[in-house]
Amino acid sequence: MRAPPQTVTELRSALRRGEITSVAATQAMLDRIVALDNELKSYLTITDELALEQAAAADRRRAQGEDGALLGVPIAVKDIICVAGAPTTAGSKILDGFIPPYDAFVVQKLKEVGAVILGKTNTDEFAMGSSTENSAYFITRNPWDLEHVPGGSSGGSAAAVAAELAYGALGTDTGGSVRQPASFCGVVGLRPTYGRISRWGVVAFASSLDQVGTFGRTVADATALFQAIAGYDRRDSTSLNVPVPDYAAALTGDIRGLRVGVPAEYFVSGIEPEVETAVRAAIAKLEELGAEIHPITLPHTRYALPVYYLIAPAEASANLGRYDGVRYGPRVEGADMIDTVKKTRALFGPEVKRRIMLGTYALSAGYYDAYYGRALKVRTLIKQDFLNAFAQVDVIACPTSPTTAFKVGERADDPISMYLADIFTLSVNLSASCGLSVPCGFDSKGLPIGLQLIGNALQEATILNAAYAYEQATGWHQEKPRIGRG
Amino acid sequence: MTNPTTYYEPIIGLEIHAELMTNSKMFCGCKVVDSAEAPPNTAVCPVCLGMPGMLPVINRQAVEYALRVALALNCTIQHHNIFARKNYFYPDLPKAYQISQYELPLGVNGWLEIELEDGSSKRIGVRRVHMEEDTGKLTHLEGGGSLVDYNRSGVPLLEIVSEPDIHSGEEARAYGLKIRQILRYLGVNSGDMEKGVLRVEPNISIRPVGSTAFGTRTELKNLNSFKALAEGTAYEIARQAEILNRGGQVVQETRGWHDARRITFSQRSKEEAEDYRYFPEPDLPPLAISDEWIATVRASLPELPDAKVARYQADYGLSAYDARVLTEERAVAAWFETAVAAAPTHAAKTVANWVINNLFALMNEKKQGIEQIQVTPAGLVELIGLVENRTINHNTAKEVLAEMFATGQSAPAIVQASGLAQVSDEAAITAVIANVLAANPDSVTAYLGGKEKLLGFFIGQVMRELHGKGDPAVVNRLLSQTLAARRQA
Ligand SMILES: [Zn+2]
Repeated sequence: MRAPPQTVTELRSALRRGEITSVAATQAMLDRIVALDNELKSYLTITDELALEQAAAADRRRAQGEDGALLGVPIAVKDIICVAGAPTTAGSKILDGFIPPYDAFVVQKLKEVGAVILGKTNTDEFAMGSSTENSAYFITRNPWDLEHVPGGSSGGSAAAVAAELAYGALGTDTGGSVRQPASFCGVVGLRPTYGRISRWGVVAFASSLDQVGTFGRTVADATALFQAIAGYDRRDSTSLNVPVPDYAAALTGDIRGLRVGVPAEYFVSGIEPEVETAVRAAIAKLEELGAEIHPITLPHTRYALPVYYLIAPAEASANLGRYDGVRYGPRVEGADMIDTVKKTRALFGPEVKRRIMLGTYALSAGYYDAYYGRALKVRTLIKQDFLNAFAQVDVIACPTSPTTAFKVGERADDPISMYLADIFTLSVNLSASCGLSVPCGFDSKGLPIGLQLIGNALQEATILNAAYAYEQATGWHQEKPRIGRG
Repeated sequence: MTNPTTYYEPIIGLEIHAELMTNSKMFCGCKVVDSAEAPPNTAVCPVCLGMPGMLPVINRQAVEYALRVALALNCTIQHHNIFARKNYFYPDLPKAYQISQYELPLGVNGWLEIELEDGSSKRIGVRRVHMEEDTGKLTHLEGGGSLVDYNRSGVPLLEIVSEPDIHSGEEARAYGLKIRQILRYLGVNSGDMEKGVLRVEPNISIRPVGSTAFGTRTELKNLNSFKALAEGTAYEIARQAEILNRGGQVVQETRGWHDARRITFSQRSKEEAEDYRYFPEPDLPPLAISDEWIATVRASLPELPDAKVARYQADYGLSAYDARVLTEERAVAAWFETAVAAAPTHAAKTVANWVINNLFALMNEKKQGIEQIQVTPAGLVELIGLVENRTINHNTAKEVLAEMFATGQSAPAIVQASGLAQVSDEAAITAVIANVLAANPDSVTAYLGGKEKLLGFFIGQVMRELHGKGDPAVVNRLLSQTLAARRQA
């Protein structure tokens, strides 16, 4: 038997040539999920009936002559993104059993192009975490080593794509939640510019930072998903009403003359030597491919973490106030109305409670100016850092995370060390930039390392092409994790 | 209670919340319905229910309505508008925050002229006019349990905050009434306080006359009429004065008005007051309001009550009082102006008298608004014409108007059908006069002897014989002539 298609690109060719049907490809994925996900635990919900229906519909559309990049392609959706009729928990007990009556904008778009939704992937509760250990349901494992975390918060999506339990996946990235797990799981993860993709139907964590992102085993795959979901949506007032370019066409692999900036602030103590070595080698590879390398400086980098941990919890403290059990989700009955609400809110997990308290404090009368107000001002400085840098370079190259995937439980009791896992990704969210992570090697334990490429606002095509050139020249994406291979 | 105004100066500011009568809600596409009548939770969607992942989109019509009000209240319009989240928890607030303007409201530094009972007027500052969204409605059941209706959730709400320029319950009432009149003129709010679409909340403090420091203030809620506003405010002023006279201290708190007992009572003290943790709403980018938009809205504003009053006085020669009465409601003023336009130029004042003295009485009696009545402006002018050309006299005309009001028939048709046309035929009138004088020889003698007041008696007798239809001017003239002839005889 011929080996099943490995990527979205391969699957599309096979579907086009009639070598496989979407129903068969979808069933193969569902079988693989059944076989492997008991160990990996990347999916919270498997929407098998929906998937097979969608696959059959895609096959019919193809029979009528349609041929889109994602037509009939089975993918996964992070469980913080609403799919009408399917449970959406955001990894929280407070949304246990919640079934939204609406599709998120991105899900509507995927359905339009005929993608097949296999299920909803695990996430840290309300996307608050960097390891998927904060899921209220279970911990997802890293397919390269089950003792290690997949990263987070979109760890379920990253692990599922890495373990070939989906051809691609959607995640969300508020502070690095797509790029960091992509790095940990050895896949490509794109976090587009804020406003490039509508947030309609995406359960809010921190509204000014949240953005949907895509995972693929290759740059082309992540690009295909991105192409399908990018665009303006009048229901999201922060969505950008600008045309969507042909991103696939931008993947030429030619990066001659590309100006690549290397920020001094991202190669500091705390970074694992093996990570630094791999990232520096990757930058050398870019130079070899014709890029110009420039040292740059992002002087306010060290403020990104504190700024992020004021702004994100502040917005979250407001966003999460609605989960009171009055209108939807579980309700824990108490003595009276207020008691009922109190008991219901006890369903929030410890990290979520911690951030609600942090955010509430930062916004409180008498503290606002010192905390939230000041954080907004410093955020402006961080934005300006990037604008200054992009006056000189096209792309910024740096590590995605200072370390490779850590062990399950290793940082669970130490929030600060957990927060540091996102130290290189937060600035993209705080500024108006876009970023991605592309595999750039392995450490001595065999765990993947990610190269982060950052672009100016709406310059996704530039960073995707740089990543594509690098990927084609190195072939890290052809390495496979151990899971499912005996 | 002692008379507080002797010793204390009350300082009052008013916060007014007005729902805007837009087609859809502030941030979603749901219809704005009468929440007193629509079945609960029938005008709701995932956005105004605060469901996960839902996002607000600003309603352009609501901004335009708000602009109308801010401009009518002489506010400076801010070009850069920011919405904030006002965080507090209550089950009728589905997102646990209200989207509201905070630091940068739509309109600032406005003012409004109010008329006081003694006929003088006074300018009250309007500190700010800002946009926000209304909450749902919670009902607690007697046997325990609570019900919530989100039809009102997300309805556009305008908050109008006055400067503390108000010094009595009557002034508060005059200001509230004037705001309501303007909101109605602008077509943005029905002004129905009982339904809660207009809510007025005064902040009240008092201080010794001559002092410049502010006293501790209380905020008054649950005022469901302007009468309650005036009474509640006066009550609160007197209550605070009594406390101070006793040497006590006023507690900063929110107090409710008990409409049946006509007292205020403590609802929530400052210690329990919430910290709303305002911060800029990240789901909404700043709202830019261009000069062009402001100019367009300004040009579309109707003539407002004060301008109308001035014009009625200048152009129609009306008294200030009559002008106010006619401009109280925009629809009445429009009705009146249509009538004036149809009438001869000199007749504006006559039209005004007919409307104020007669039409209003009929409307009050039948409890009909100007929109409901069957009398048209042209119909009234026609009736006035019949009086002027002496087809009917004034008293008959009143009866005809009542008939017009009741049946919708035209004045000429009524006059024709009922034979109400006035008798101006001099021969007929002369004959009646002769009969009346013949029947009252003693009175004639007395009149000729100098009791000239008896002329009225003779006119009355003649009019009675003519069944009230005699032309008073002709009757008067012929009677005077006849009596004068007898005197000379
Ligand atoms: Zn709605």
